[in-house]
Amino acid sequence: MSRHTLSVLVENKPGVLARVAALFSRRGFNIDSLAVGPTEHAEVSRMTILVNVEESPLEQVTKQLNKLVEVIKIVELDNAQSVNRELLLVKVKADSTTRGQVLEIVQLFRAKVVDVATDAITIQIVGNPDKLADFLRMVEPYGVRELVQSGMVAIGRGSRSISERTLKPVAVPAPPAAV
Amino acid sequence: MSEQPAPTVTGAQSLIKSLEAAGAENVFGIPGGAILPAYDPLMDSGTLRHILVRHEQGAGHAAQGYAVATGKVGVCMATSGPGATNLVTPLADAHMDSVPVVAVTGQVASGAIGTDAFQEADIRGITMPVTKHNFLVTRADDIARTIAEAFYIASTGRPGPVLVDISKDALQSRTSYSWPSELHLPGYRPVTRPHAKQVREAARMIVEARKPVLYVGGGVIRAGASPELRTLAELTGIPVVTTLMARGAFPDSHPQHLGMPGMHGTVAAVGALQRSDLIISLGARFDDRVTGQLSSFAPHAKVIHADIDPAEIGKNRYVDVPIVGDAREVIADLVTALRAEHEAGRTGDYEGWVAQMAGMKKRYPLGYEKPTDGSLAPQYVLERLSAISGPESIYVAGVGQHQMWASHFIDYEHPQTWINSGGLGTMGFSVPAAMGAKVGRPDATVWSIDGDGCFQMTNQELATCAIEGIPIKVAIINNESLGMVRQWQTLFYNSRYSNTDLQQGSRGVSGAEIPRVRIPDFVKLADAYGCVGLACDSPDDVDATINKAMEIDDVPVVVDFRVHRDAMVWPMVAAGTSNDDIKHARDMAPTWDDDDLGER
Repeated sequence: MSRHTLSVLVENKPGVLARVAALFSRRGFNIDSLAVGPTEHAEVSRMTILVNVEESPLEQVTKQLNKLVEVIKIVELDNAQSVNRELLLVKVKADSTTRGQVLEIVQLFRAKVVDVATDAITIQIVGNPDKLADFLRMVEPYGVRELVQSGMVAIGRGSRSISERTLKPVAVPAPPAAV
Repeated sequence: MSEQPAPTVTGAQSLIKSLEAAGAENVFGIPGGAILPAYDPLMDSGTLRHILVRHEQGAGHAAQGYAVATGKVGVCMATSGPGATNLVTPLADAHMDSVPVVAVTGQVASGAIGTDAFQEADIRGITMPVTKHNFLVTRADDIARTIAEAFYIASTGRPGPVLVDISKDALQSRTSYSWPSELHLPGYRPVTRPHAKQVREAARMIVEARKPVLYVGGGVIRAGASPELRTLAELTGIPVVTTLMARGAFPDSHPQHLGMPGMHGTVAAVGALQRSDLIISLGARFDDRVTGQLSSFAPHAKVIHADIDPAEIGKNRYVDVPIVGDAREVIADLVTALRAEHEAGRTGDYEGWVAQMAGMKKRYPLGYEKPTDGSLAPQYVLERLSAISGPESIYVAGVGQHQMWASHFIDYEHPQTWINSGGLGTMGFSVPAAMGAKVGRPDATVWSIDGDGCFQMTNQELATCAIEGIPIKVAIINNESLGMVRQWQTLFYNSRYSNTDLQQGSRGVSGAEIPRVRIPDFVKLADAYGCVGLACDSPDDVDATINKAMEIDDVPVVVDFRVHRDAMVWPMVAAGTSNDDIKHARDMAPTWDDDDLGER
């Protein structure tokens, strides 16, 4: 098993997320993480999907995804050739005796404190999944009260765009209108 | 095109105009609350004929039968909620067998969607996994474009069912009708032209092979590629097998035809695939009913897999040469490439192989045991039906033993003359699908070949046939049981017949033993439906009964063939076992003179 990052460009229409999610579950794939959002084109949304599968089932699920009429393009991003980011918000127990230590960890990871209470602080950290896991390992001993994490988003390095050329709609001749 | 001012119409009128513009001629359906607005303008349509069925499942299967028999898109219509959910089975069936169908359903008013309103069902959500695509339309302005897209998606690429769910308020509000001149489907671009390099590579493998087989699937029927297939087969001399979905794609009378492969395939067809060194798959999908145990399927074969759906290629079996494209174009290009190979002096040498397969076909023909007690063999009925009604007729089967016998013992010479539920295996498919086929091909004799179990699932459409003037003929192969399940009970459950006898109850609510009874009386049932009912229980009467049914052309005919109940379908590869373990009769394995061919 290995981890794959799929960037899926879809038409921005209701029900697309349900179709994609249902397809994964029907074909027996677990999605590790999924993030959806708008793109530079109003009519197009982009999903970043992380799956843990072998090579050949991945090919099958990609082909099945491609069959969905509203899926425009699928690109597998090479982890080394792309920037991958997740956002984590975590509430860590921190009173006057431990706050300093927690803040030191925050600084080390270039994270950010977004809220403070007398016995806890809420930290925001952005990074690739490894960085977030390392950070969590460091703050866990102080006590994690609550944690929320976004799906990963990813973009390829360099100047090329995956969404540029594919988005021109192809005009298909309509069936001839019967007289 | 859209310059002239369009007249103001209702969404419902736009829907009917759109269906007309898309070329639909027949709609099978049942009205109800949410779809009601559409039925009013439907009454005034000059070109659309609506056929009022008795159950929405019948509407769906009728649309399928119509589509397969004509090659056009079949259309069915239902109301929201239960009307729509009753379409789920035919949609799933059409999805499995790649049948172009457009289903139009009414939906509750858009403001009520999501409130659990009366007769509300999320039919778009429900049918997502069993349709090629589906739409929910809540604005009248979107109706024409959506119908155009639905027909385009259903009929192009790998055909399939498309559902268009339209809210009642969209049907009722006003819009301007205009049929689109182009469609914007950025994510839908089916590839029909095969890659030239792949085709050349395939041709090279074909001339180098020693034991090739043309493995022909339903895609060849959908693509209308039978003439091209025949050219390819005769150019090369390669043996042909036709799957259950492809029966009729290649004439049964052709000497190169080895029959149907698979769980109930002929010994020659199953054996040819197992022993081949090259499988040329054309519009087939290596279904488990064909391959048997996948790991031991055709162990020595390289595979050329041509399919219009890239997802089928390599799904089940490793492929050496993938070709994505329409079967007709692929086969035509293969013929051209092979001619070039032949001109360059490279032709295949398949002589020993062809002779071996011809020998197996001769040694293990399809056969059956004739009952000695004077009772009727189901296989005999189908043999005689084939001989008397002939290859120009259309045969539509349900699912089970009678389906396998109909596939074996009727000789098919033309595509689109064999219609059945292959992938989903839907009991109850036959009568409504035959009705649809007859509507599409009124000139043809259409036989529904049905089991007594299947027939009782959808026979209410006989009323539709009688009232709408659709004179189909039904041959009930009545063995008083759920025959295929009973066969498995005989073979794998020590003949313990749990709940497969349709004529024998266990004990009534009073606890008393119930005597064996023939219920229903199919002749009386036919009569009650305004059809002619005939019965036949002796081999001596088969011809006369079929001839009598053939003479009746104004009303539907139902023939109750009371056959002996222990007949089994052979050959058979038991589920999950290797095709090498095929039995041509109970406990009878064919012998192979593989040494005849030298190297293996």
